[in-house]
Amino acid sequence: MNAIAPDVTFDLATTPLRELNEALHKATAESNARRWRVLNPNGRHAVAVGLAMPLTVEIEGNVGYYCAGMNAEASVIIHGNAGQGVAENMMSGFVHVRGDASQSAGATAHGGMLVVDGNASARCGISMKGVDIVVKGSIGHMSAFMGQSGSLVVLGDAGEALGDSLYEAKLFVRGTVKSLGADCIEKEMRDEHKALLAQKLKAAGLEGAVDVSEFKRYGSARQLYNFHVDNASAY
Amino acid sequence: MTAHNNTPRTPPRFSSTFDPATLAEIRRAAATGIYDIRGGGTKRKLPHFDDLLFLGASMSRYPLEGYREKCGTEVTLGTRFAKKPITLKTPVTIAGMSFGALSAQAKEALGRGASTVGTSTTTGDGGMTPEERGQSKTLVYQYLPSRYGMNPVDLRKADAIEIVIGQGAKPGGGGMLLGQKISDRVAAMRTLPKGIDQRSACRHPDWTGPDDLEIKIEELREITDWEKPIYVKVGASRPYYDTALAVKAGADVVVLDGMQGGTAATQDVFIEHVGIPILAAIRPAVQALQDLDMHRKVQLIVSGGIRTGADVAKALALGADAVAIGTAALVALGDNDPQWEDEYQALGSTAGAYDDWHEGRDPAGITTQDPELSKRLDPVKAGRRLANYLSVMTLEAQTIARACGKSHLHNLEPEDLVALTVEAAAMAGVPLAGTTWVPGKTGGY
Repeated sequence: MNAIAPDVTFDLATTPLRELNEALHKATAESNARRWRVLNPNGRHAVAVGLAMPLTVEIEGNVGYYCAGMNAEASVIIHGNAGQGVAENMMSGFVHVRGDASQSAGATAHGGMLVVDGNASARCGISMKGVDIVVKGSIGHMSAFMGQSGSLVVLGDAGEALGDSLYEAKLFVRGTVKSLGADCIEKEMRDEHKALLAQKLKAAGLEGAVDVSEFKRYGSARQLYNFHVDNASAY
Repeated sequence: MTAHNNTPRTPPRFSSTFDPATLAEIRRAAATGIYDIRGGGTKRKLPHFDDLLFLGASMSRYPLEGYREKCGTEVTLGTRFAKKPITLKTPVTIAGMSFGALSAQAKEALGRGASTVGTSTTTGDGGMTPEERGQSKTLVYQYLPSRYGMNPVDLRKADAIEIVIGQGAKPGGGGMLLGQKISDRVAAMRTLPKGIDQRSACRHPDWTGPDDLEIKIEELREITDWEKPIYVKVGASRPYYDTALAVKAGADVVVLDGMQGGTAATQDVFIEHVGIPILAAIRPAVQALQDLDMHRKVQLIVSGGIRTGADVAKALALGADAVAIGTAALVALGDNDPQWEDEYQALGSTAGAYDDWHEGRDPAGITTQDPELSKRLDPVKAGRRLANYLSVMTLEAQTIARACGKSHLHNLEPEDLVALTVEAAAMAGVPLAGTTWVPGKTGGY
């Protein structure tokens, strides 16, 4: 399955999750064990959370909630589907879901990149704070709700209320958007935005795979940035 | 003198329903079109600890000698699951208050005061500042819906984690830090532009309900290698069920905040009309712990209107393991101090009533990000005042406990208490003074 043999293999069918996460936390910059493989995750929650080193962790199967939560520097590849809150509050590094992702993918993440090969459910990128998220399929409703910064790139469609109460996160959608949330508007796609989008697509391994001119850009109208009673009906 | 002048007249009489304060609020609302936003907790009169009394020792109970016999005050939190529980010398802790709502100097002063007496302080929405971590021997890191400033490095620096579901001033409400308090530093910590209003969400972004919370707690434990106590904080509204569900979700500690608990900025209507007083919340929470055989195994911290050692003793007698103070700690630092009366007057308020904390113009330099105002608060001196105050509260609680014959504050019990009012007797589950009548429970005489 992997071209390069892993340095360490953990089988969650026989080893407690706590031992896996503790071992990953103990990895040091000097360690030679850079490639980790996790077998039989079987939907376990909190797999490979709180990593703080540039390791590569390949997970062979489906994971439950919060896989790669608070990730920093590590690359976590999930060869399966991911449950709620994958890569939540990620600081840096790279998380790749080869299947679909459930709700709140990349929630509140501050940095790094999350790539979902399939679809992502509701609230993808909710309250995102600097992460780049690329979803090759479609995303569910209320995605990028209160998104503060970073970018969300969707090759498929977006559900209802995209970008509701958005701050400065940048949204790019290639397909249809069912509806926009409060204070989210379509914006002009200038060259600088095309360049930014191309850069994110390249980082996600999609250079040349899709044409940036097929995307529309969405962002904050910035009308709700300071409370005013005349806008009360928008809240 | 005419006959007319001798006729008795009805004097002007204000309506109890439409009293002057109500009339003024109607006029203010009519003039502005916006609800009133303010800081602090509820200002209405409520059943409270003042409505309880200790019985003290008598023929059948023996007091302890005040200056000779020990009365312990220490409390250990997080004994259920955490590898590293925290032990505090006094059960009076400092509640979560954010850098953003408070100045960096005020946060530092809270850390200094708490550390001097061996208790903990707590971060707030907006993350952990180096000043606060540096000056706080024991620091609780709040995990809030907004996740402003949340990061794994600070999480590992914390001594405990407090997952905030709600707070007493506004159970079910999020928050709003208005643009005038968003300095460059506050903006950077929250990853938002300077000067815009910062909304704090009312629900967590990646979980909903107690079953999800159980998984969230597992994740936080896995990230921190099961070392840190995990608290769950709720605003007092349905304390029996909230406590039971927090225990079920795997909390080490439940924090229960009554409606007297303060807030940095919330609608007055929310503060005054949502939630229940702490007096009404403690017994149901303790009952939930007892029903689950978790009393003293999952610790209970209560807050909301704690002012004196008597309040501490009463909260502990009702079954709490510790208390938290927020408003009282700010007053000890210098909030609403009469020395700034001229400036409070200029802001249309008066010392003791100033609550426009959200405007960022606090003359005492505490609830502000204005560099000139903030400089007025000396963190060392203010920390010393807080330490003094915490010491007094602890001594007062010990005084009462010894009078009841208790060698530790945790040995205080409901049997030591009576109530002055029927309402307090019902809420606290103790007899009305001079009777054996506990409303709703016993017949009495």
